[in-house]
Amino acid sequence: MISSTSGAPSSAAEVQTQTLLDPTSERRPAGRARVARPPSLDGRVVALLDISKPRGDVFLAHLAELLAARGVAVRRYMKPTFTKPAPADLRSRIARECHLVIEALAD
Amino acid sequence: MRLPEGLVAVVKSDCPTCRLVEPVLAEIATHGHPVTVYSQDDPAFPASVAARVDDRDLAVSWQHRIQTVPTLLRVENGAEVARTEGWSRADWEALAAVRPLGAGLPAHRPGCGSRSVDPALADGLRVRFDGGRLRARRVEIAELEDEIEAAYERRWTDGLPVVPPTAARVLRMLDGTTRAPDEIVAVVPPDLVPVTVEKVAINAVMAGCKPEYLPVVLAAVEAACTDSFNMHGLLCTTYFSGPVVVVNGPIAAEIGMNSGVNCLGQGNRANATIGRALQLVVQNVGGGTPGGIDRATFGGPGKYSFCFAEDEGGSPWTSLAAERGFAPGTSTVSLFAGHGPSAILDQISRSPESLARSFAAKLRAAHHPKIVVAMAAMLVVSPEHARVFAAAGWSKARLRAELEALLLLDGDELVRGAGGIEEGMPAALAAGQRLPKFRTGDLAIVHAGGGAGLFSAIIEGWVAGEKGSQLTTREVRP
Repeated sequence: MISSTSGAPSSAAEVQTQTLLDPTSERRPAGRARVARPPSLDGRVVALLDISKPRGDVFLAHLAELLAARGVAVRRYMKPTFTKPAPADLRSRIARECHLVIEALAD
Repeated sequence: MRLPEGLVAVVKSDCPTCRLVEPVLAEIATHGHPVTVYSQDDPAFPASVAARVDDRDLAVSWQHRIQTVPTLLRVENGAEVARTEGWSRADWEALAAVRPLGAGLPAHRPGCGSRSVDPALADGLRVRFDGGRLRARRVEIAELEDEIEAAYERRWTDGLPVVPPTAARVLRMLDGTTRAPDEIVAVVPPDLVPVTVEKVAINAVMAGCKPEYLPVVLAAVEAACTDSFNMHGLLCTTYFSGPVVVVNGPIAAEIGMNSGVNCLGQGNRANATIGRALQLVVQNVGGGTPGGIDRATFGGPGKYSFCFAEDEGGSPWTSLAAERGFAPGTSTVSLFAGHGPSAILDQISRSPESLARSFAAKLRAAHHPKIVVAMAAMLVVSPEHARVFAAAGWSKARLRAELEALLLLDGDELVRGAGGIEEGMPAALAAGQRLPKFRTGDLAIVHAGGGAGLFSAIIEGWVAGEKGSQLTTREVRP
């Protein structure tokens, strides 16, 4: 008598009920450490990013005045639409031209 | 597992035909032809053949796709070159190259089902021998843990119980498509995760889909994860909307979708589970969870599943898919960002002009009566309402043109402050102008619903066009 494999057939029920297949991405979104807050705004350029929601510009204009009064350089930016993430070009321009960014949400 | 050279038979002692051919197998061996017999249930059977192999674990039977016993194979240079099932004297004589064979036996006798295709065993065998092609992480559930509760605890559900995604169920689900399990279907927002056919299948199992729904779910995932549909934005919005899935073409009837009575409601498995599977993919693979990235103020019940088929057979009009350039006979999935439905009640109009005015009056109020241009809507016209238009010879294009004319609104009524309502259009855009409620292309029209009821439905949309979400259609591929 030749034996091709050993053992009796394993129970189908056992295989089915004890192990599930992971339905998720099997990863946590890559957590990225925040850059430390600067001790002061002296000599820094602050980006004010308008996400294109109504009245965000009003809020940002007021912030710009307050920052200017403290002698802080300010640059204004705007997302084409609030419904989508900021385009890569815009993100890279802000990173190139500024040290900090304030993104305003208003409604 | 290579088979030995020469003749190979697969048998079980429980099969009368196998017992019938036992002397034949011995007879072939006496002619100097080596015969190896794989026995599925009794390693001592057939006693008259020396070269027996124990195949009670069915590994050989499974791998060589044995459907019937006895099966006689000829193997040359390690490859199967001929096969016959059951007992047929002529076939066995030809295959064994021994004549005559089985004197005294009937000329033909059908075989029995192979144990490897026994429904009670097939799933377990499949997991054992094919489970290796599944790449998903295995999650072990403790013996005393309830699987459905385990899925809740791992945050895999939408709030309703899910079908536990076992390897056996996922393998069965994958039978619904010809696509490889490791093929990438799309990159799912918000975490931008490449999703495989297998991962979609796992979530389809959980949603309660049948395997034949999988191609529709795959097409829906493809459509959702496009820049035009903008699932990311739709997920993040504080607004009500979620993905609305409209299915066109022959697949809708093939898988038993509902385009008729209560088609936007509960009770049909395909409608209920296809939309749900899409949402589970977005939640579980994309990471779009309510309260996390999903910031809806209210959401809506359609976010569990909002999926229906267009009633094409009963429609006087061209279908949504045909309007979007797909050939007749093509199955498609169209995704619309919306919520609802809300009702248009008109039981009196018998002229198309009057009914179109009813539609326009209700459509004007969608979102807000003073908000125009920016948003989308889908109009679902019922059979009884469609009949009014069809009897007067109105095509869908004609209805759309009439609605566009009726929904070209006086900007002075829309400006902020008009009518004592601060909400509205900026004066710079609207004052002294006539503005369309919807831009061209932002009002979709489909035909569906039960045969009785002088009602139609509006599925209100989200932000339309490139700044929001555009109706997005993908072909359903097998």
